[in-house]
Formats: sequence, structure tokens, C-alpha cells
Amino acid sequence: MLETARQYRRYEKSPVEETRAFLEKIRSDPFNAFVTIDEAGALRDAQAAEELLKSQEPGALAGIPVAVKDNICTRGLRTTCASKILSDFVPTFDATVVKRLKEQGAVILGKTNLDEFAMGSTTTSSIAGPTRNPRDPSRTPGGSSGGSGAAVAAELCAGALGSDTGGSIRMPASFCGITGLKPTYGSVSRYGLVAFASSLDQIGPMAPTARDAAVLFDAIKGHDPLDSTSVPRDYGPTELDGIDLKGLRIGVPEEFFGEGLNPEVKAAVRSGIETLEDMGGRVVQIGLPHVGYGVAVYYIVATAEASSNLARYDGVRYGLRAQGALDLGDMYALTRATGFGPEVKRRIMLGTYALSAGYYDAYYRKASQVRTLIAQDFRRAFSRCDIIVGPTTPVTAFRLDEMIDDPLSLYLLDIYTIPANLAGLPALSIPCGFDSLGLPVGMQLMAPHFREDLLLGAGISFQDRTTYHQEGP
Amino acid sequence: MKITDDEVLHVAALARIRLDDGEVRGLRSQLDKILGYMDILAAVDTAGVDPTHHPLPLVNAMRDDLEQGCQELADVLRNAPQHEDGYIAVPRVIGQG
Repeated sequence: MLETARQYRRYEKSPVEETRAFLEKIRSDPFNAFVTIDEAGALRDAQAAEELLKSQEPGALAGIPVAVKDNICTRGLRTTCASKILSDFVPTFDATVVKRLKEQGAVILGKTNLDEFAMGSTTTSSIAGPTRNPRDPSRTPGGSSGGSGAAVAAELCAGALGSDTGGSIRMPASFCGITGLKPTYGSVSRYGLVAFASSLDQIGPMAPTARDAAVLFDAIKGHDPLDSTSVPRDYGPTELDGIDLKGLRIGVPEEFFGEGLNPEVKAAVRSGIETLEDMGGRVVQIGLPHVGYGVAVYYIVATAEASSNLARYDGVRYGLRAQGALDLGDMYALTRATGFGPEVKRRIMLGTYALSAGYYDAYYRKASQVRTLIAQDFRRAFSRCDIIVGPTTPVTAFRLDEMIDDPLSLYLLDIYTIPANLAGLPALSIPCGFDSLGLPVGMQLMAPHFREDLLLGAGISFQDRTTYHQEGP
Repeated sequence: MKITDDEVLHVAALARIRLDDGEVRGLRSQLDKILGYMDILAAVDTAGVDPTHHPLPLVNAMRDDLEQGCQELADVLRNAPQHEDGYIAVPRVIGQG
């Protein structure tokens, strides 16, 4: 991304040519990374960027072709959430992140595939069909931002936006061998992100390198009055030269290396940690005694919030409306029966149950209390270390025909990514090695609130010393 | 058993989703298994622990009470499944006995 920006400035490449080349590749994309391609819009953006590049300080994103997950609203461009219920929805406004990308001259190529309403870890439950992993097309790219992950890995865009409620940026980043950042809750505006679980959702960058992810993060972060959970503070630019790891305390939680972790993933992450040590980092053993409850807490809290957020899809103001209903109530029930897929229905049902009379205390209240204990674990840990490092996922990308049919087993794949969402912490996934099949392994770095500088800095320095992020499919 | 077919139907009515018989059976067994897993939370001592509903200690964000523009009606109605005279139209609210 930075190299392209330099080439633009030296007139060795032009945004229009570059955009045409990306659109050409996307048209013959064998991985099904996109739900909607916006050729006309992208070329218009690219023309505008040509002008912008003639100005004094065009900015790093001028003319850079990017992709946006299809649960982020784009004015005049269909935004489906990969759901039948929104298959014809055309937003009347841009999400704040999209507005910021456009203001900085980025070219938006189109909208990337996801699991319906971002609920899943495989990018299979989409009206556009499944996305395939560019590393091995017989495998899932992970989810739910699997379209963005595949688009970046297959070089169908220079970078992309994803969203992460329980790992939906980091898991596809790990499975596709790219870099993905889930920012601190409140540091990137959620205005225009179709809500799944409002206390957990964050938009973040997915890119070939930590440096590119930092450029995208700097472009989208910052306070937004249109999001009441956006945090007003001074957001400085990220240091793109990396950081000196000398003396950096690296917390390694034993809970992240226990039962269920694939031995080859474990070995690759251990070797990644050794590299960080070789670079001057100091390993500190830490404990996060309550993270083992994360999956149970998450699938109560997230589904409870989803059951409330998805109540708006009732066939009245936008989206699908079922025909042939006898009255209004019947129309709601029929619309939702027809418009939502099985996983979305399952999660709405689970969340409605957890909030219903007689079960609220046992499920929702209990889960929210254990969430406090998980957040306290991290506060305690961060008094002893600067960053926490472990695996992003317990396994590497699995085959689409070996898809697990059991929802609970799929939920358990989120075990290492969920805690950061529950505690609102920033977390980065970077490639740290390969398994014996040559599939990429992701290493997860977590930091205290608003310390993305540590994560991206360490990620940039790690990638300056290693080549895992450069080894293509 | 955590959940019965009747409870599944009750929750579906609360969630305004019509389910067919096959979906009821499938959801009962899946929700039963998932809720069974949630039992691990019962072992955690949460006496005196405040619930967290939000990861950051934010208070209400208020904007200044100033008049400002809004979206164009025609744009908004373009997404409506049915509209008449600038209003969104819906089926009759009270059913036929």
C-alpha cells in the first residue's frame, strides 16, 4: 500500500490503471470474495484520486483500491449483510469509516462476503454462496470477515475493512495468512455498521502487512459524534517504523496453550514468541483464570444483544417483506421466517431465551458478571506485562467438506479471540508460521485499551524480521 | 433437558419468527446442547460482582439541541417494501377473527 502510494507520487502508476487492474482480477475471482463489485463507483473514485494526487499532501490512501465488508453501509451501493432479508437494501448514507476512506481518496472496489449478519466463522452462510480460502480453495477462509480476508490474501484489493464481534477479523486473518486488527472498543466509529452485538462490535483493518493495517487504522479511527460509544481522545498517528522491543514485557497466558490447541499451531506460536524474545522482549508467565468461561459468556451476551438489534428486520421500513400475511403480526413472523437463515434464527432464539422472564438472572445477568471477572483478569495481567501473546485460533483453516455440523463446536473456535471483545481490548493477528500442510498460523497480540501503537509497532518490527507474511498461497 | 418444544415455540413467538415442526425439533436439540454448555458458568462465584454491560466506563453522549437536516423522504422510501402518499404502508394491524 505504501509502495503503491510512492509509485503514484512518482507517476509510475496511476490510480485509474491500478483500479482497472484490480477490477479485472476481481471479475475472474475464483474465491467468491465479493458480494457486490462497484466498477463505476471505483473508477469514479480513481479519477478523483488522480486530481487529489496533484495536490501538495495527498495522503497515503489517495487512489488506493480497498474493499469493504458488506455489513458496513455504503451510500447508493447495496449493503446486504449476506442476508436474504437485506438483499435489496441500498443505504442512504455512508458509514463514518467509509466516509473517512473516501475523504482520504481511497477507491472502494466493492463489498466483501461474510457469514449472514457476521454470525459465523466460515463465510458459508451467505446469500452470495461460500467464500474459499486463496491458500487452498477447498478450505474456508474463516469468518465472518472471510470475504475481506480472501480478497486481501488473493491480492484483489490493497486492504480491506472487516468487523469483529468475537474474532471475525482475526480468525480470517489467521486462516488466510494476513494481518488483521480488532481495535479498542470505542476507537473506531460504529455508525453505519449494521449492528450485531453493540457492546462488542468493532470495525478494523485487514491488510497484507501490519504497516498497511496501521495506515488503514489511522484513516478510520477517531471520535465520531454520530456514535454515542465513540471515545473522545487524542488519537495520534501510528509510528510506521515499528518499535524497539527491548525490555517489552510479553505476557504468555497458560490458559491459551491448553487442551484443544492443535500441536502444530502451538509450535508455530511458540516459535513466534521466541522471535519476539530474540528481538529483546521478555516473557512473563501470566494467568487469566476466567478466560475459559469466555465462550459461554459471549454466546449469551452477543446473542442477547443480537436478538434485540435484529428486531428491526420486520418487513416494515426496509428489506424483505413476506407476502400473503393475514395481519401485521403475521407479516413480522413470516418475514423473519423467510428472511433469516438457520444460524441467525438460532442466535436470535438463544438470545431471546437468555433475556426471557425466568431465565434472565441465570443466563444474561450471570454472564455479564463473569464478563466483569474476565475484564479484571486482563487488568491484573497488564500490571505485569505490556502485551499478551498467544494463538489466534486453535486450528488452521479446515476443509469446507469437513464442515462441522454442530454449532457448539464452531463456537469453541472463538475461544482465544472472544476475551478481547468482552474486555474491549485491541488485538492483532499476524502470521507466525505454517502447519505441515503449508497453511498459515496466526499469532495474536493483545494490549491495554487504546494501545494499538504497541500492537502495530510490535507487528511491524516482527514482520521486518520475518517473512511469514510474504509467503503467498 | 434444558428446553422443551413448547418453550421453543414460546421463545419463537417472543422473537416473532414462525418455525415449522422440523425447525422446532432441530432448535430444541441444538439449544439444549448449547444451554447445557452454559452450565459451566454456574460454578463461578459471582457474589457481589457487578455486571459489565459495556467494556468502557462511558456515560451518555449528548449533542447540542440544535435544528439540523435529515435524509430525503424519497431516498428513505425507496427502501420501503410498500408506501403510499409519503407514508410506509403495512398490512392491517388487527387480524380477521
